[in-house]
Amino acid sequence: MFNPTYIADIQHLETQESMSAELTGAEITVRCLQEEGVEHIFGYPGGAVLFLYDELFKQDKVRHILVRHEQAAVHAADGYARSSNKIGVALVTSGPGVTNAVTGIATAYMDSIPLVIISGQVPTHAIGLDAFQEVDTVGITRPCVKHNFLVKDVTELAATIKKAFYIASTGRPGPVLVDIPKDVSQQKTKFAYPERITMRSYNPNIRGHAGQIKKAVQLILEARRPMIYTGGGVILSNAAARLTELVRLLRFPCTNTLMGLGGYPATDRQFVGMLGMHGTYEANMAMQHCDVLVAVGARFDDRVIGNPKHFYNPDRKIIHIDIDPSSISKRVKVDVPIVGNVSDVLDELIKLLELRKEKPDQSTLDAWWAQIDSWRERDCLRYDRTSAIIKPQMVVETLYKVTNGDAFITSDVGQHQMWAAQFYKFDQPRRWINSGGLGTMGFGLPSAMGVQMANPGAHVACITGEASIQMCIQELSTCKQYHLPLKIINLNNRYMGMVRQWQEFFHGNRYAESYMDALPDFVKLAESYGHVGMRIEQPGDIEAALQEAFKLKGRLVFMDFVTDQTENVFPMVPGGKGLSEMILV
Amino acid sequence: MRHIISLLMENEAGALSRVAGLFSSRGYNIESLTVAATEDSTLSRMTLVTTGSDDVIEQITKQLNKLIEVVKVVDLSEGNHIERELMLIKVRAVDNDREEIKRMADIFRGRIIDVTDKSYTIELTGTGSKLDAFVEAMNRTTILETVRTGASGIGRGERILKV
Ligand SMILES: Cc1cc2nc3c(=O)[nH]c(=O)nc-3n(C[C@H](O)[C@H](O)[C@H](O)COP(=O)(O)OP(=O)(O)OC[C@H]3O[C@@H](n4cnc5c(N)ncnc54)[C@H](O)[C@@H]3O)c2cc1C
Ligand SMILES: Cc1ncc(C[n+]2csc(CCOP(=O)(O)OP(=O)(O)O)c2C)c(N)n1
Ligand SMILES: [Mg+2]
Repeated sequence: MFNPTYIADIQHLETQESMSAELTGAEITVRCLQEEGVEHIFGYPGGAVLFLYDELFKQDKVRHILVRHEQAAVHAADGYARSSNKIGVALVTSGPGVTNAVTGIATAYMDSIPLVIISGQVPTHAIGLDAFQEVDTVGITRPCVKHNFLVKDVTELAATIKKAFYIASTGRPGPVLVDIPKDVSQQKTKFAYPERITMRSYNPNIRGHAGQIKKAVQLILEARRPMIYTGGGVILSNAAARLTELVRLLRFPCTNTLMGLGGYPATDRQFVGMLGMHGTYEANMAMQHCDVLVAVGARFDDRVIGNPKHFYNPDRKIIHIDIDPSSISKRVKVDVPIVGNVSDVLDELIKLLELRKEKPDQSTLDAWWAQIDSWRERDCLRYDRTSAIIKPQMVVETLYKVTNGDAFITSDVGQHQMWAAQFYKFDQPRRWINSGGLGTMGFGLPSAMGVQMANPGAHVACITGEASIQMCIQELSTCKQYHLPLKIINLNNRYMGMVRQWQEFFHGNRYAESYMDALPDFVKLAESYGHVGMRIEQPGDIEAALQEAFKLKGRLVFMDFVTDQTENVFPMVPGGKGLSEMILV
Repeated sequence: MRHIISLLMENEAGALSRVAGLFSSRGYNIESLTVAATEDSTLSRMTLVTTGSDDVIEQITKQLNKLIEVVKVVDLSEGNHIERELMLIKVRAVDNDREEIKRMADIFRGRIIDVTDKSYTIELTGTGSKLDAFVEAMNRTTILETVRTGASGIGRGERILKV
């Protein structure tokens, strides 16, 4: 019965325990971050998080990035996560710190981005007494987090943080908030970071149902007009290579949602462009007229399929792969639901297809491609390349050329976002960083900071508009402090262009409050923050200016492109209309 | 259609507000909601009565399952089940009415649990429609106060909701 190793283990444990002193909640929090391998945390201090900041100060494993507004802290953590497949972490104080962070949290929630947000709270004994800088953080953030916690007992702190990281990054990812009252960050307890955690109430389904996958294979093999439609789930699941393999194997057309760009190489012939409200003619037509639709990590958003009644087609069979059962049959009824992780399910699908050795009928597939090519000939993204005024599309195209298609591109929200999505050809995942679900103006600059932090040395450009950029312009100061050499491409049309476009199309040209009056001189503004500013007014100067900006390796360059005020984004599916009812150039 | 949904969730502060918040933020109907700890004090059992089309009910169960603290969800109305609701009703009881009210309570298998010169308080359990019928029957006298718990439900026979 005597087992010396066993006894030795126990002794080892005991000595460790007796040696380990008690740590404060603040120390524990920082130790947890270290254990999780967190290298960067974006935040802003305040009364309720002073103990936490004190502990951050005393160590150098976790680097704190001081932003200028809590919204930016969360967007930066978000850009960091999107571009790196790590979990983004933000730290904010109670009350206004939290309310400022809410826009960032909701942005990440809508796009399923894994974040852990740590917020300070008033001391437990003051909760509920309208204490100074008290808000019901758990209550305010509940509808826009995957989960949140209020830690009332320091002995639960480490396990709670462990759970937060686990929940944020598994299943359908999302932001998780941990609210830590000030007294909890002061109280002491022994620290032990759990290695792994299991929760009886939370077990995401990873592998798809084998029978359903078989059914999917059968449908795919019988398809005559197939279409593969993929979204953010492919990016989140790191399944771009798997998807590419499948699409090539089948020789099917592939389209990406705005969130899915880079999931399949945009320069490949089988890519038919983005679909949806501002998708290509060929993508939308193929989506509407296909007979077998394979939806992969995409959620049939209203900006994607337009009016679901119009989208409905009794001859079309739909296979839907998604890790979140509630994404399936939410807006569109599907025939073969497969709940699972994209990369696992695609693996299985490819395996089965290879085993079957059959191929879908190649001559009908050729006919389908001929149809798609005729839609392609419509050249729906054409614009006037000879214009004397700068066309925004040309700026994005030139940026693509100058960066060899190899930059990280973040964007804000509006027309410039759509042109960025249409004209920068993303061949790799995690290169296109934008707020799709919430459509948050102000996202572009702070998220670019996070991208640059996660990818030092990489080219990072933020394509923005003169209205959006002003929603987080203060971050130019953060960029200065941390020497972030971002290239800001301001497509300055002196309008809230996207709003103006809707007013032109649907509100009788009445441009109510969509004119950006009293704009700052962006060149001087950039300079006053210690950056380089450029104004570009001639189409002929676009390329040279971009070349020059990217040569300034260590510097942030704010490029103010004076663009055509009247340019619109085409194609466009008006709200409530069907996918094939596009307004074209 | 009316559905009665049962769920088990971690008995933690805030879990109830997550369910309530889900219903209000997604615009689902909620007719009644009851909740209490189970024999396993780490778990709460909730019964929800809601109405909606099949699509909506499907989303409701999926969304409930998605809540991190929810352990299990079952739509009781998909099979045989039993529902009970408790009502306490206080009525004016004077003169001849006293006998009549007592007889009515007996017919509905209610119990008078508190008495004054002028009033009775009656306890009654049953399905929602039985309680409705009793309220209807009491209408001749003056109802002073009613309080109802909302339905609790359980599967019939071997149908068990457990972790
Ligand atoms: C001005 C503006 C215009 C827009 N126009 C368009 C447009 O023209 N076209 C367009 O496409 N979008 C457009 N959008 C974006 C749109 O609002 C949606 O955000 C977007 O279409 C949703 O993309 P998605 O379907 O890929 O879903 P996401 O929001 O990316 O969701 C991902 C899906 O994948 C699932 N998932 C996550 N992880 C995994 C995993 N590991 N395994 C399996 N599944 C997983 C999730 O459960 C979810 O269902 C526009 C937005 C703005 C602001
Ligand atoms: C925070 C926020 N407020 C309002 C909107 C609505 N909105 C969408 S696009 C847009 C205009 C954006 O203008 P600009 O940044 O100049 O971009 P453009 O469309 O001109 O390219 C507005 C106001 C939004 N998306 N986000
Ligand atoms: Mg503009």
